[in-house]
Amino acid sequence: MSGTVVDGGLAAAGRVDHAAVARSSRAWGWWFVAEHRIRAMRSYVASAVIIGLGSPFLFLIGLGVGLGLLVDANQGSQGVDGVPYLVFLAPALAMAGAMQTSSQENTYGVFGGFKWFPMFFAMNGTPIGPAHIVLGFQVAVLVRVLVSLVAFVLVMMLFGIGDPLGALLLLPIGLLMATAVGFAVMSWVSTQTEDRGQLSFIERFVVVPLTLFSGTYFPLETLPAFLQWIGWISPLWHAAELGRAALYGAPLPAVMLLVHVGYLVLLAAVTCALSIRTFRKRLDK
Amino acid sequence: MSTRVDGAEDAARGWHGLALGLVPAPVIEANGLRKEYGDFTAVDGIDFAIEAGEAFGFLGPNGAGKSTTMRMIAATSTRTSGDLQVLGFDPESHGPEIRAQLGIVPQADQLDEELRVVDNLIVYGRYFGLPLPYVKRRAEELLEFAQLTEKRKARVDGLSGGMKRRLTIARGLINSPKAMLLDEPTTGLDPQARHVLWDRLFRLKEEGTTLVLTTHYMDEAEQLCDRLVVVDKGAIVAEGSPSSLIRQYSTREVLEVRFGSSRNAEAAERIDGIGSRIEVLPDRVLVYDDDGEAAMAAVHARGLQPITSLVRRSSLEDVFLRLTGRSLVE
Repeated sequence: MSGTVVDGGLAAAGRVDHAAVARSSRAWGWWFVAEHRIRAMRSYVASAVIIGLGSPFLFLIGLGVGLGLLVDANQGSQGVDGVPYLVFLAPALAMAGAMQTSSQENTYGVFGGFKWFPMFFAMNGTPIGPAHIVLGFQVAVLVRVLVSLVAFVLVMMLFGIGDPLGALLLLPIGLLMATAVGFAVMSWVSTQTEDRGQLSFIERFVVVPLTLFSGTYFPLETLPAFLQWIGWISPLWHAAELGRAALYGAPLPAVMLLVHVGYLVLLAAVTCALSIRTFRKRLDK
Repeated sequence: MSTRVDGAEDAARGWHGLALGLVPAPVIEANGLRKEYGDFTAVDGIDFAIEAGEAFGFLGPNGAGKSTTMRMIAATSTRTSGDLQVLGFDPESHGPEIRAQLGIVPQADQLDEELRVVDNLIVYGRYFGLPLPYVKRRAEELLEFAQLTEKRKARVDGLSGGMKRRLTIARGLINSPKAMLLDEPTTGLDPQARHVLWDRLFRLKEEGTTLVLTTHYMDEAEQLCDRLVVVDKGAIVAEGSPSSLIRQYSTREVLEVRFGSSRNAEAAERIDGIGSRIEVLPDRVLVYDDDGEAAMAAVHARGLQPITSLVRRSSLEDVFLRLTGRSLVE
């Protein structure tokens, strides 16, 4: 990654060791993309934290404390899933926030990278390639997701919601889910060449319904059977189940642990491969 | 910080002809290069060879296949068939090795408008794996070269077209490329901005950077190119230096006469025989003759009174017109 420079004239060949440049780009291209995106994010890092934190935090207070009073009063001492509603809700909200951030960045970032500010084409003109762009872009999104997740977990710890060590486990779980959601959104958005308003469909008809029907606000089992499939295909449900097991020890059979993690990994891998294929095609003009 | 100068390898690769007493081997060479998009053939089997340090141009109208050719050279567009060697590598398998040595100035600037001027250079330099302190130093040098030092902290979207273009050229130089690919470097710029840009490109050429550029401006081709190919509909129709092309395909001077659009064709018939060739355009008649004034006198001698007349030197536009029957900028 370094030591590729020798001195010379303004543009004279020999100043940069081009063979070393190519080697370094083949290995580290994904990181250069991530670095670029993170540098661009620095200008709005404050608002990113506030949005990433603020919106789930409001939900946490509003639903957890407000609605929680009502729920807990009706459920008596059993609470929901054996714990107070706020504890049941918190891990799912953390995941819902991560899903939303990842989905938004991948929707507008990916579409914009091809269309509004065609950065992907500029990146493709350097020694790096399409696969690096796909991976590096996602790494940068994960950094952003992580910032909001950390903030959220800190608030949970501050409020004493659940087991503090378990709360820390929400970070890797959230990142795994954000990866799966990110690549899934990217694999579709990258096939879109015109903005006819369909981009906002993801938010309205995928992210919001998934949040509502993925056992976020109530256990999935309470949904009518004909709606429960939404939960099974929803990355959010799988992540929320993992989060609940981590935070307050919700029962999780080994096989379900495998199913949850396996589903998220598989979704990420397949849609990552699809994204790379689409980027390759689109950048090879 | 410095490691090694990759000179020995290049000597072996690029200059092997010298040992045989021949001219240096080309840095970019295409044979039967072809690109199809479905039924449409953008580049139709072209051959060219570009030598180290030369300024080589692709001159042709929009849609001639110039940009596609540039993308194939940069290994960002896969060729359909034919052979292509760029700086010692095959683009199909060695894109990163080729682009490591190239400076690319795409037709659309593709600058990052979220970043400031200097950050655009820094970020781009990192894509080449160059260490941050080096890239920062290099960025300041290049800002100076591009006459943008005062704008270093400015937002990109506030720059003029000419400034953006210069920034894109500076960006392309961050890796000290052996060859620059410039896709229509001055299209859309005002005359003053074009001259500033030409001056910068000329300096690069003087320093030995190979320049490959596309243009549909004949004055740009004449100003910058040592050698050029005239392309039309994906094929090369002529090749040579600007002056040799003019010598070969045109006369020294051209007489342009206008009789009014309804009378041009009729007048052309009466002019017939004057000069070595006549071209009738909708708005004017061109008479090709080494002595334009003499041709004008001959026209007057036949009792014709043009509304306006003009004698000028032949240009590449005339070459293009001769070869394709159409004017270059449509």
